[in-house]
Amino acid sequence: MGGSDDSVKSKRIVFVTVGTTCFDSLVRAVDTQEVREALFKKGYTDLVIQMGRGSYIPTKSTGEDGSLSVDYFTFSSSIAEYLKSASLVISHAGSGSIFETLRLKKPVIVVVNEDLMDNHQSELAEELAERNHLFCARPQTLYQTISGMDLGSLVAYQPGDATPVANFINRFLGFNDE
Amino acid sequence: MDNRYSCFFSDMGFLNVAISFIIGISTLIMIRIFYVVYRSSKPLYSRPPGPLSTLIILGSGGHTAEMINLLAVMQMDRFKPRYYIAAATDNMSLQKARVLEDSLPDKAEVELVETSQFMQIYRSREVGQSYVTSVGTTLIALSHALWLMIKIRPQVILCNGPGTCVPLCVIAFVFKVLGIRWSSIFYVESIARVRRLSLSGLLLYKLRMADQLFVQWPQLKSKYPRANYVGRLM
Repeated sequence: MGGSDDSVKSKRIVFVTVGTTCFDSLVRAVDTQEVREALFKKGYTDLVIQMGRGSYIPTKSTGEDGSLSVDYFTFSSSIAEYLKSASLVISHAGSGSIFETLRLKKPVIVVVNEDLMDNHQSELAEELAERNHLFCARPQTLYQTISGMDLGSLVAYQPGDATPVANFINRFLGFNDE
Repeated sequence: MDNRYSCFFSDMGFLNVAISFIIGISTLIMIRIFYVVYRSSKPLYSRPPGPLSTLIILGSGGHTAEMINLLAVMQMDRFKPRYYIAAATDNMSLQKARVLEDSLPDKAEVELVETSQFMQIYRSREVGQSYVTSVGTTLIALSHALWLMIKIRPQVILCNGPGTCVPLCVIAFVFKVLGIRWSSIFYVESIARVRRLSLSGLLLYKLRMADQLFVQWPQLKSKYPRANYVGRLM
């Protein structure tokens, strides 16, 4: 994850995704000067924000002045390509988004949306963070998380397996297993 | 005078009979319910059964992804005909199911694909909907679910998700009690549930309406001992 590149032209892209939700507080937090500078200091060159249904519009930047290049869009039919080309992913806490990113073995900071009613999403993010599969943050603590993160501390997530459930169901119903 | 007394006594007699009747029926129903719950918790067939008609209830987003993951490792020739139900406002889930069905290798069995029916039901509660109006929409969902269940009468029900599955599972349970159809109900709690069950999961667990309930994190197994911990599906 995140090997160093000597070539000046090669990009290290940070991809931010909120899925189909509205998560203005995350987009806002990412758009702040301090977060952008923290990302730049960590060696990232581009910031791409998928803002979903949010109403806050981030500020684009070409990055010619020696800072982070910033771009955004609302939706994409498939964000898989963006995830694949990213060096760091900052994602909302939806389980689909989290596991799609972990499957691609990308380092990810999962940000929990505290404005959501019944926020059970944080359970998954916190559990995976405790197991060192990703970093967990709130919009307000994003800056600290980025400055203090050590990508080397992340452990790859082993994909799960649905076979035990299928076997259980088969046995329960009396089907013989091979 | 005698007439008045005899009327009074026959009224009392009728009341007694009525009450005894109600108590009798209620007791029979209670016994039947206990029997259904007890029998449901045990493996169903001692010999391999033939193909079982299966209802697959899809929830939105991450829920559907998990269900597709499960279906991908199940022997589809044991579970047919297959019926998929998703909420009326959820378009993506049925599409994903269709993709899965189209990808099945055994296309030689044309019957397999043709008998998979895709249907939609009204949601009991939309995300963000107030709990008060939820009562009305739940009643509509219940009547629609009843109509669908009468048509399908599945032998196996697979669900893992949000409100969509509760009306269907309740009706399936009632069908079991009334002897209309015995369904084996399997509920897989979402991987996003680490420390607490979802409302659907909790209802099915407490009311013992699911034959088997699966959880994906050990914390839930400690909290809900009757659940099965099977590791993660994703």
